[in-house]
Amino acid sequence: MLEITNVHKTFFAGTVNERAALQDINLSLAAGEFVTVIGSNGAGKSTILNITSGKLRPDTGTVTIDGTDVTRLADYSRARFIGRVFQDPMAGTSPDMTIEQNLAIAYERGKNRGLRPGVTRKKREFFQEELKSLELGLENRLKAKVGLLSGGQRQALSLLMATFSGPKILLLDEHTAALDPQRAELVSRLTAEVVERHGLTTLMVTHNMEQALRLGTRLIMMHEGRIILDLDQRQKEKTTVPDLLHEFEKIKGAALDDRTMLQ
Amino acid sequence: MIVAVELGLIYAIMALGVYLTFRILNFPDLTVDGSFTTGAAVASIMIINGAPPVLSTVAAFGAGLVAGWITGILHTKGKINGLLAGILTMIALYSINLRIMGKANLPLLREDTLITPLRDAGLLGTVGALIVFGLLALAVKFIIDWFLHTDLGLAMQATGDNEEMIRSFGVSTDRMKILGLALSNGLVALCGALIAQYQGFADIGMGIGLILAGLASVIIGQAIFGSRVIVVATLAVVLGSVLYRVVIQLALQAGLNPNDMKLISAVLVVIALVLPQWKVFRRIGGLSNMKKALSGTGARG
Ligand SMILES: Nc1ncnc2c1ncn2[C@@H]1O[C@H](COP(=O)(O)OP(=O)(O)OP(=O)(O)O)[C@@H](O)[C@H]1O
Ligand SMILES: [Mg+2]
Repeated sequence: MLEITNVHKTFFAGTVNERAALQDINLSLAAGEFVTVIGSNGAGKSTILNITSGKLRPDTGTVTIDGTDVTRLADYSRARFIGRVFQDPMAGTSPDMTIEQNLAIAYERGKNRGLRPGVTRKKREFFQEELKSLELGLENRLKAKVGLLSGGQRQALSLLMATFSGPKILLLDEHTAALDPQRAELVSRLTAEVVERHGLTTLMVTHNMEQALRLGTRLIMMHEGRIILDLDQRQKEKTTVPDLLHEFEKIKGAALDDRTMLQ
Repeated sequence: MIVAVELGLIYAIMALGVYLTFRILNFPDLTVDGSFTTGAAVASIMIINGAPPVLSTVAAFGAGLVAGWITGILHTKGKINGLLAGILTMIALYSINLRIMGKANLPLLREDTLITPLRDAGLLGTVGALIVFGLLALAVKFIIDWFLHTDLGLAMQATGDNEEMIRSFGVSTDRMKILGLALSNGLVALCGALIAQYQGFADIGMGIGLILAGLASVIIGQAIFGSRVIVVATLAVVLGSVLYRVVIQLALQAGLNPNDMKLISAVLVVIALVLPQWKVFRRIGGLSNMKKALSGTGARG
């Protein structure tokens, strides 16, 4: 479903700030696979997601979605295939517009937008049904401006908007990180449900290792622009948080060794 | 005073255009000063050469579309800062407008225009004309209300509100900005065409400083009449435009020189921008609208 092949991405190439964010990344996701991504700050997790969504172009390598090479497609042209939820709860919705208008925008994902009314009675009924699945009572507040909602409510709404119009791929970048534990729990439960329901091929970045192990069917760990650990479902089930912490320690040790050797 | 209200209702079409860019797209577009005159120039020269007034006015709208489209292309494809892109088009239009007109002033007094039937019926300066111009302004308002609630219009609103989000749903924000700028300047040029016919001439300088009148109408209107939902916001713009002309008229009656008009406009806009920042005014309930209308990232709509 998603093929990332030989992808390199370097920021500020040729300057003192040069930063290799991705180094020869190869990642292949089968349809319906739900991959959780962990790694230290600056490991390149967001960069992989941004390369997939088209926000960034790789320096070399290709991105293929469902057999179509999308490497050169602009982000908005790929949006037909890709649903995204951002870390910032403010980022995924339009605060000055109402809940139903936001949903109407999401409903038309990747379609040619014309002069038909954005919100119709039929769509409104559908939106209400979908909102009920969030169990936040938003189905009764269709005309409220999204800017008035709490971070958790907005993130749940973003998740619905990203998924209910049938994308092939779902990209989640620390989408529960900005929420309090209770809301984070709600949103990760909704995430599991919605991925299951639509059978979405999913890449989810998280710093929460417990969450990374609990959700999904596969786990990858990144470090300095490389994928250094790739666990399938069976391996993942046997892994514990201390195991992952141990892996992190190993890398840090290795990095230290490298540096001492260079000196 | 009826004349001031008449003018306010005609200029409301321009103010609604400014509303589209300034509020909906969050884009301070200065093309307006040029495209207004372009509309007046195109309509006037066509009428003088015997074209039907309706066709000439529609052509003016088309010319405005092109002007806005150019600013949009400069900004999105040419990656030129929005303010500068507008200024570039505005200044280029000065030369183009002179080319269209052939000279700096085109009198229309002996021509048949859209206004002629009103004048012949003796309606100008009466309630009759107010109704006609009021219906016209409301028609434009309702078209904008309708448009902004279509799929395309919602995408345009979101473009001004959250670009990253609307792109993630498959909308080219560049295309939305170009479309919005084109529509906005189309309305501005349409207004220019009507004003030329109303006052009986087109003048190369008639658009200078007009953006201030547009901004003042939008800001003052929304501060006083609200902007919570679009249908209210657009009505507020129309009323703001009328109010603005009335204030100008009062200033003139108080003995200020017509040449002072630009200064008065600038002072009005400054007052409208600065007043709500003062604590004293913030505490007065009725002015909370004004604060909202003015805070750049706050309520728009
Ligand atoms: N737009 C950009 N411009 C310049 N450098 C960037 C940009 N985006 C990312 N980088 C750099 O690329 C590297 C990888 O960044 P990335 O955001 O992918 O890390 P991450 O794994 O998501 O980290 P975090 O856990 O902190 O979110 C970092 O060194 C970062 O500074
Ligand atoms: Mg990140």
